[in-house]
Amino acid sequence: MAEIILPKINLPEAKVTATAGGAPLIAIEQLSLYYGASKALKNISLNLGEKIVTAFIGPSGCGKSTLLRCLNRMNDLIDNVRIEGAIKIGGHEIYNKDVDVIELRKRVGMVFQKSNPFPKSIYENVAYGLRLHGVKNRSALDEAVEQSLQQSALWDEVKDRLHSSALGLSGGQQQRLCIARAIAIKPEIILMDEPASALDPIATTRIEELILNLKKDFTIVIVTHNMQQAARISDETAFFYIGELVEFGPTTKIFTNPAQKRTEDYVTGRFG
Amino acid sequence: MGIHRGHRARPLEWLAEKFIFLVSLSTILMVFLIFLFVAREALPIFLGQADTALIQKAIPPDQLETLSPAKLQQYLDLTPQQFVTMDRETLKSLMELKQDAQNEIPEKFRNDPDARANTTDWHYLLLPHQWSGYAKPEYIWQPVGQIQKYNIIPLLVGTLKVTLIGLLFAVPLAVGAAIYVSQLARPRVREIVKPTIELLSGIPSVVVGVFALLIMATVLQKIFGYQTRLNAFVAGCALGFAVIPVIFSIAEDALTSVPRAYTQAALALGASRWQTAWQIVLPAALPGVFAATVLGFGRAIGETMIVLMVCSASVMSWNIFDSARSITTTIAAEMAEAVSGGPHYRILFMLGALLFAATFVSNMIGGMVIQRFKLKLEGKR
Amino acid sequence: MNTITPPQYLPDNTSDTTRLTRHFRAEKFDFWSFFFSGLTGLATLFILGILAVILTNIVINGWSAISWHFVSTIPKKDFFDASTTGVLPMIVGTTIRVFVMTIFVIPVGVITAIYLTEYAPNTSIITRVIRAAVNNLAGVPSIVFGLFGLGFFINFVGKNMDALLHNPSAVWGQPALIWAALTLAVMTLPVVIVATEESLKAIPPGLREASLALGATKLETIWRIVLPQALPGIMTGGILAVSRAAGEVAPILFTGVAYYMASLPLHVTDQFMDLGYHVFVLATQSPNIEQTRPILYATVLVLLLLTFALNIVAIIIRARMRKKLRALG
Repeated sequence: MAEIILPKINLPEAKVTATAGGAPLIAIEQLSLYYGASKALKNISLNLGEKIVTAFIGPSGCGKSTLLRCLNRMNDLIDNVRIEGAIKIGGHEIYNKDVDVIELRKRVGMVFQKSNPFPKSIYENVAYGLRLHGVKNRSALDEAVEQSLQQSALWDEVKDRLHSSALGLSGGQQQRLCIARAIAIKPEIILMDEPASALDPIATTRIEELILNLKKDFTIVIVTHNMQQAARISDETAFFYIGELVEFGPTTKIFTNPAQKRTEDYVTGRFG
Repeated sequence: MGIHRGHRARPLEWLAEKFIFLVSLSTILMVFLIFLFVAREALPIFLGQADTALIQKAIPPDQLETLSPAKLQQYLDLTPQQFVTMDRETLKSLMELKQDAQNEIPEKFRNDPDARANTTDWHYLLLPHQWSGYAKPEYIWQPVGQIQKYNIIPLLVGTLKVTLIGLLFAVPLAVGAAIYVSQLARPRVREIVKPTIELLSGIPSVVVGVFALLIMATVLQKIFGYQTRLNAFVAGCALGFAVIPVIFSIAEDALTSVPRAYTQAALALGASRWQTAWQIVLPAALPGVFAATVLGFGRAIGETMIVLMVCSASVMSWNIFDSARSITTTIAAEMAEAVSGGPHYRILFMLGALLFAATFVSNMIGGMVIQRFKLKLEGKR
Repeated sequence: MNTITPPQYLPDNTSDTTRLTRHFRAEKFDFWSFFFSGLTGLATLFILGILAVILTNIVINGWSAISWHFVSTIPKKDFFDASTTGVLPMIVGTTIRVFVMTIFVIPVGVITAIYLTEYAPNTSIITRVIRAAVNNLAGVPSIVFGLFGLGFFINFVGKNMDALLHNPSAVWGQPALIWAALTLAVMTLPVVIVATEESLKAIPPGLREASLALGATKLETIWRIVLPQALPGIMTGGILAVSRAAGEVAPILFTGVAYYMASLPLHVTDQFMDLGYHVFVLATQSPNIEQTRPILYATVLVLLLLTFALNIVAIIIRARMRKKLRALG
């Protein structure tokens, strides 16, 4: 049988290799997660670097979103979930009994697949997290709101209508608003669960540019089912398959010269 | 990173959660309290402690010491709170009063066997009894006079008469209308008719009662030509009106929640809308319609004002064209005249407790049937 | 060539075209379907007709007897004299008791609904018992609530309050506005709970997730995001409770309504007069029904209008809330 010539995925110049920031900010150690009796995550061990973009890729149902939600303990909201193993962020084990989940979520922010702005004004959406943490001074709020909106490349579009309803924005704008809302409280880490999957290609490009910019100040972990997106914006990539971590490494390596056959099959489109 | 503080960091939140939980528990408490405090007033009847015999063995006052406090309290018909506040002298004078009262009983009762009967005893409450001056054993509810008659059978019969007439009137109309609105009419019609019929449930029952009293009674008498203008039949029909919206609402919801797939399959096979509704949808929605009827029954049994305004006399008769008194109207009409703490008062509370038990059971049944029906439609059973 | 086999009910000698067109015409008139459809339609019409008759009857008969004098006078003891009678104390009594009721029923109802929607684990037995209790409360006959008010609030709570406060004569241990209002609150609790629950469930879970992910506690999320959105639904529950309570007479018979009060109720321990009860009195105790008829209908009309007015006020407030939510936060 003739060998199929694999199309070359178009990559930008070779990125800085892994762990450019130094020691792992997020260390996942032998993590397993059970929904009732079924094991959704199987013994995951993974170190995520600081101030880089790490992508989780894999076919539907492989557990990448589940793992992401473990990082800010959003899985606590689901009944019947059980965790084995540990996740250490900045050296602290986050599933420890005396960890304050609220504090954790202030340091680890999240952007969701379907944008969910509050039915409030644009200003109030961004200021929500700040108000939660006790910021009352009007000028401090104004400044922080403007800075966040600038950082999420939304300021120019909304600066004249800050007090109109957030629900009047387009899909792409709403998602950028959600990002602004998340970064307003200056978390160290931002988790993104398929942030552009519901958006058109132009809006998607803007989000991707935004992420590349945010990388300077935040550590970003992004789940995506779009391989090309992962190749475009991430520094390191982890490939998951049915609850297991198959391979993890620099993005260039994963996409051009993966060590595992399953990885190669997935990135070349043989399945998934 | 400063994330260590644990749950103890937010005591206010924990407190608020516990408070919310406690407030929610209060609903369970309320149901218990209702039953508890209604039954509490009726307790002496249940325990057989009340004694309404006209002629009682009078205990001479000088035997005050020989009686235990509990017996003395019962003999003098006092509540525990009243008993405690009284001293020996007061108790002695009460005993004297009671002895005098026994001596003042009119001649005609001295030889009457009924005068010695404790009319709150179960036999008298439930079984027919031949009272002095009557030709044969009768069921009589007549709580006034020297010898009070507390047979509750006439009240049960009255309740049943009125409720059954009401349901016979309401169920076909309400279910028929539900079928029409849900399956046969245009969707636009449903939007208008459903809220309008539910408007009927917003009319206070006193208003329906007025209507029944003034208009319906006359109209129905002209149509059917019976003797008593205000009777159980009129009350039953008016009751039916009040109950129609309840049955309609639930039945219509049940019919509408049958999956469209069933209807479309039948229509595609060439069935008419009526055939589809009658042969496919109604059987599928039957549990829901049944539950609607059960809940309507509960509502009908509990209705007070309509029957109160239409009927007045308590007559033991199965004839629907005679007057009737239901349990609810008896309680409503007679409580004001019942001596607080007296046997009449307690029997009225007992009726209330029975009523509560009956509606409790019928509501549980209706609720369970609806639950199972919903699960069945969702494919979980 | 493909021929269509004719169906059995058509005779063999029909031509092909006739067979095709014949397929779609009704073979015979479906009598029973028509009959039963018509019957159910008649049932619907009948119900609507009765409603119309009741309402027009009231309006026609009552309208002429209503006057400013009627609604603003405190009547003398003789209710049946059309020239001196009035319903002011009844209007005041009904309004106040309903108002006091909402003060109690809305917080308890909303908190319980919040628990059931936001906190209660679905599999817990306690949750099922609470729901069963709410369903049962909804089905208790109104007269039993009256007995409950008498047996619990007046004879237990009230009497004990009097004992604790060392009142020489019964102040709390007798029929009063507060006890009637509390009894009504217990009665209408399920209505508020169900309406609030519906509105809470309608809020998309994504909003709650977004708030929690920003580091808000559950309580903060409920207070800042969920409750404001649910307010119109809560108002609906309040409206329904008010409508129901304004027309109920049975629960207040033993707990606070009076046949005649010389003055308006000012204190929570006062007894009060009531529109619904007054209708009952006029209808059943009038010496001359023909003479009383206009007063009776006028009172009924006032009752309906009052309920209507309370509803409208609440609906307007709710519409304003909805508009505000839609525009901005």
